[in-house]
Formats: sequence, C-alpha cells, structure tokens
Amino acid sequence: MLTMTDVREQFRPADHPHDHFLLTTVVGSYPKPKWTDRVRDIHDGEIDCDASFDEDHWQEAADDAARLITHEHERSGLDVIVDGEMRRTEMVEYFAHRIDGYELNGPVKVWGHNYFDKPSITDTVEYDEPWLVDEFEFTDDVADRPVKVPITGPYTLTNWAFNETDRTDEALATDVAALVNEEIEQLVEAGARYIQIDEPALATTPNDHTIVGECLEVIADGIPADVRLGLHVCYGDYSRIYPEILEYPVHEYDLELANGDYEQLSVFTEHEFTKDLALGVVDAHTASVEPVSQIKANIEKGLEVVPPERLTISPDCGLKLLPRDVAYGKMENMVKAAREVEAELDAGTIDVPARTIQADD
Amino acid sequence: MVNVVASTPGLFPLPDWAKSELADLKGHQKSDLIDGSESDDVTAVYDRARSAVIERQKEAGLDRIVEGQLRWDDMLAHPLCVHDNVETRGIIRYYDNNNFYREPVVTGPLKPSGDMARDLNRVGGVSGLQAVIPGPYSLFDLATDEQYGDPSAFIAAIGEFLAGEIAEFPSVEMIVLLEPSLVESPPDDSLAPRVSEAIDTVASATDASVICQPYFGALDEKVHAHLLDADIDAVGYDFITDHEQSLYNINEYGTKSEIAIGVVDGQNTRVEEVSTIHERIDWVRENTPAASFETIYVTANTGLFYLPESRFEAKLDVLAAASEYEEVHAYND
Repeated sequence: MLTMTDVREQFRPADHPHDHFLLTTVVGSYPKPKWTDRVRDIHDGEIDCDASFDEDHWQEAADDAARLITHEHERSGLDVIVDGEMRRTEMVEYFAHRIDGYELNGPVKVWGHNYFDKPSITDTVEYDEPWLVDEFEFTDDVADRPVKVPITGPYTLTNWAFNETDRTDEALATDVAALVNEEIEQLVEAGARYIQIDEPALATTPNDHTIVGECLEVIADGIPADVRLGLHVCYGDYSRIYPEILEYPVHEYDLELANGDYEQLSVFTEHEFTKDLALGVVDAHTASVEPVSQIKANIEKGLEVVPPERLTISPDCGLKLLPRDVAYGKMENMVKAAREVEAELDAGTIDVPARTIQADD
Repeated sequence: MVNVVASTPGLFPLPDWAKSELADLKGHQKSDLIDGSESDDVTAVYDRARSAVIERQKEAGLDRIVEGQLRWDDMLAHPLCVHDNVETRGIIRYYDNNNFYREPVVTGPLKPSGDMARDLNRVGGVSGLQAVIPGPYSLFDLATDEQYGDPSAFIAAIGEFLAGEIAEFPSVEMIVLLEPSLVESPPDDSLAPRVSEAIDTVASATDASVICQPYFGALDEKVHAHLLDADIDAVGYDFITDHEQSLYNINEYGTKSEIAIGVVDGQNTRVEEVSTIHERIDWVRENTPAASFETIYVTANTGLFYLPESRFEAKLDVLAAASEYEEVHAYND
C-alpha cells in the first residue's frame, strides 16, 4: 500500500541536495506575455488590425507562450511546474467552452469594470473532447520536471454559472464532477501524476462543504493511488470548513495564508492536520517580491501545522495578476527559502513544532 | 379588477459597449470607481448608456421606467460611496454574491449631495419615471459609522439623508426602496422600530408612491410586521427565492393595498415565459384570500446587473408583456 509520503516522494528530483524535501510548486496561473494576449485579441477579432491570425497562428503562439513559461518555472527551480495556464482565459469560462450543456451569453460584473463571461448551464452536461490533455502532453514534453495539472472543480464550475436546468445546484455539481473524473482518467492515461482541483467558490459558500466532499468522492473514484490529488481553496474563512475538509479523498490542501499574515493558522493547529499542507508563503496580491528571510519565516509557520515530509511550498494563489518579473521573483525566492530551510532541517537547527505536538499526543 | 403594472428594481447592467468604453476611460482598479467627480468624457458615456436603457425599456413597453443606476459601481452603497463625508476603504463582498463594493465609512455629517437627483434630471421627460434608491437599512448595513456613534442615531441620520436626496428629485411616478439587508441581516428587536421610522422619514419626503422591496429571500415575520408600520404604499416580495415564507407573511400579517411581486429571477439567465409570470400572479392572488389588491407591480426579485445584456433585455420584454394580464386568465375573485 502506498503511503502519503510515497505519493509525494515521486516528485523529489534525483539531484535534490538535502535529506529533507519541501516540495515546491505553484497554484497555476501566471502572467501571460503581452504578445500572447495581443495575438489572442487579434485572433478573436477584438482588435482592429490588418494582420490575419487563423487558428493555426493562435495555436503556434499559445505553444510558444506555454514553452516559454514552462521553462521560466523550471529556471526558478520549482520541483513541480505548470505552464502558467497560457492557453486558458478565465478559470470557469475556459471549461464552459469545452463542456456540452454550457452556454456563454456575455460579460457580467464582478466589481467596478471587472467582468467575466459567466456561463449558463442550459442542458445536460456531457463530456465531449478532452479539456486539458493536449495542454498536459505539450507541457510534459517540453518540461524536465514533473508537471501539475490544475482543474477548476465542479462546485466552482456550477456555482459560478447560471443554472437554467431543472437539476438542483447540488445535483448539477455532481454531474460535472463525473466529467472531471473522466478528464482526470484521461490525464492519468497521458501520464499526469499530480492533479489540483481548484474550488475558490467553496470559500464564498462554506456551508456547502459537504457538496464539495460529495463531488470529490466522484472525482477520486477509480483514480490510481499513486496519483496525487490536491485541493486549492482561497480567500475565505477556513474555520467554517476545517476540520471537515480533512475527510475529502485528497492528499493535499493548498491554502492561502500569507495574504492574511497567518491570522488563520490557529484554525489548523487546533485540530491535527492529518493530510499534506501546501502552504501559501508568498502573497499573490502584493506587487513586491518578499525577501528570502521573510519566506523562510512563513515556511516555519507551516511547520507548526505539519512536519516537513507533509509540507508543500506554494504561493497563496495563481500569480497571473502580478507583473511578470515580480511573479518570477516570488517563485525564485520561494525556492531559495525552501532549500535553505531544508538545509537547516538537515542540520537540526530548526524546530518542527508539529512533530513535537504529535509526539506528545 | 386588478391593475397589473410592469416595473423593475433597476440596478441594470451597462450595455456591453459601455462596459468596454468605461473600462478604457476609467480603468479597472479600486481608485478608478465613481466618486462623483467624473470627467466630461465619462459623463458623456453614462448619458448615452442611460438613454439606451431608457429607450430599451420603452421599446419593451414597461409601465415604469428607471434611469438604470448605471453609475452605481458600488451597487446599493453608491449614494454613500460618492459622498464628501464618506471615506471608501477596502473592497468587500456584496452580500453572499460574487460581487464586491468599496466599504463606505461615514466620517462626517450626511448632508444631501444631490447625486441621485442629478442622474434623474438627466433623463429628461419620460412618462412613468421611477426612482430607485437604497433603503435606509441596507445603506446602514453596508456602511460603517464613525460619525454618529450609535445604531439608532446612524439609521435616523441615513433616513434624513435619503429624505433630503428625494426632496431634490424631479417629479417621479414612484420610488422603489431596495432593502435586501432586511432579509440578509435583519435588525434586532430594539433596532427594528427605528428602521421602520427611517423608512417612514424617507417615504414622507415624497408625494410619489413608495414601494419598499426586500430581497434575497423573505422577511422574518417580526421584521415584516414592523415594515408594515411604515407609511409606504406597497411592500415587494421575493417570490423567486422564498415564495412560501413570503406568502405566510402576507397571510399572517396582511400587507398594503398594493403589492410588488418579484416573479422574474434577476439572478438567473433562464427567461421566464409570459404564461409562467401570469401563473405566478394567479398563484399569489389565489393564495392570499384575505387580500384584494388594487394594483400588482410585477417586477424582478433583484436588480438586474447580474445578467448578461441579452438576457437582461429579454427579461424586460417578458415583464412588460406580463402586464397584459387578463382577468379571464386570473383567479376569479
């Protein structure tokens, strides 16, 4: 039987310099090069321009961007990388275009002049063609490091859409969960070993944590035991969903805590954190790069919750709203900080409060 | 013989062209939101957008025409967010919606600013003009007080503020007070009478009909009873979110001689059939045997900015068509 540690150890690089291994990764999205956005706008006919960009041109541009950002992630030293979601527009919209039963009717307001194309679910949701398999295969091919695949979760895909069907919101979320399960099976077939389900909507409607749990049961059904499943939830009151979420069939919880300066850390120390923690150690909404010393202090906050073999190091959330140099700087400093903490753990010069607490139990 | 009048609670989405033009002119950040001192270029876009939504309502055939509240970047918090004695702070969640507004912090006396009147004055002559304003309790609930010191004084001051704003309005047929906070975070027993007084203060400032429309569910029965104490012409009920409790409140406590019924879903793109709206009107009438309404305002349960433009327009069309309600179709009282 595979242990939690085995599922994590498969991502330890062969040349990893320390005995301790704090897996470093990112949540997913990354600032797109300006030319990528421009090419997409021209291709979509949103900019008046003499140049004509057909589908092949757009695909070539997207490949170039994905290759570039994948390598940028590797250069920062991350252990597990993504392509920065270069091919994706928005986290609900992208999938709504690919799932039968969804329809897009135009932008709606989020705040000020920030809008998104909130889709309507008008018919039975069905799986048509793969959503992310091409994206994964391309990234996996150009990357030397293991690749993580972020997927917007079924609860968010339905909660952030209009439900025009006669199905209840809960039933609809479960329907979409079955499609996510099918997609993950295809990704696993293609070689993916690290899947992250993004459920930001859970933070806004915490009372629905049981629905998210039911969806995750559907998602995890039949997925091989060596495939690492994570759940990302951000910007909410974690005390309303924890410790209940520990029951979910995932290995890891990716949480945003740096933005709130770890005010919510006590939520996770009051009740033993029995799974892996992917701790946000840099803020995705401040446009300055945290120094290594500060990130190390943040990593040590994580050691109050879990021991190092269960701690993953990650930003709070996707980095796509930051200037690209700042996003890169955050990843680079995050990796440096993790490697320094690992060395100090090897040398025994850092305390691991989580281990002490568990040993006392 | 019942008079069915087609109306909306306002809070419209901007036309798509205006979304882009204003995003380009104003920007996307917190500091770019409307503060009451926008440039002539920005004002010109809002004027064109306002004219467009007014024309669209006329085309649909609505009986009550709103200016659309298109400038209200902060939704119902708008009249405070543009006020000189109010500071706007962080972006916070708007009820449990996936929408955000700037937290208005009242730091000085709330003198009327004339902001809402200016928008209504720019409409020009339109028959059936309906003003839409936030109810005093929702403004109270969305804002933070650093001026008045206690909740009773603050709600009273907001009532006076809104009454002062209304005094500057051009002639309007009707004023709708939107009060979702009465449902979402109802006042406690000690504050509820003060809320009713504040609504009274607002309603007394006009000769026009006044409707108070809570939404996102039904009122707690005590809050409903207090609301009926206010001198308003009708209460609006959200029959989309909670029809059973809405009905219970009406049957248990009565209501005014006119009623507004939110029977079109302002937060879902599914467009109701006119026949469905008629069935809902019938249902309300059949199930309120003690009441006999002179006028029924058929409306959406919430503001309509949640919808993409095409569906918003479709909802205007069905609401207008639903006012062609024939008695033969209806419950025979």
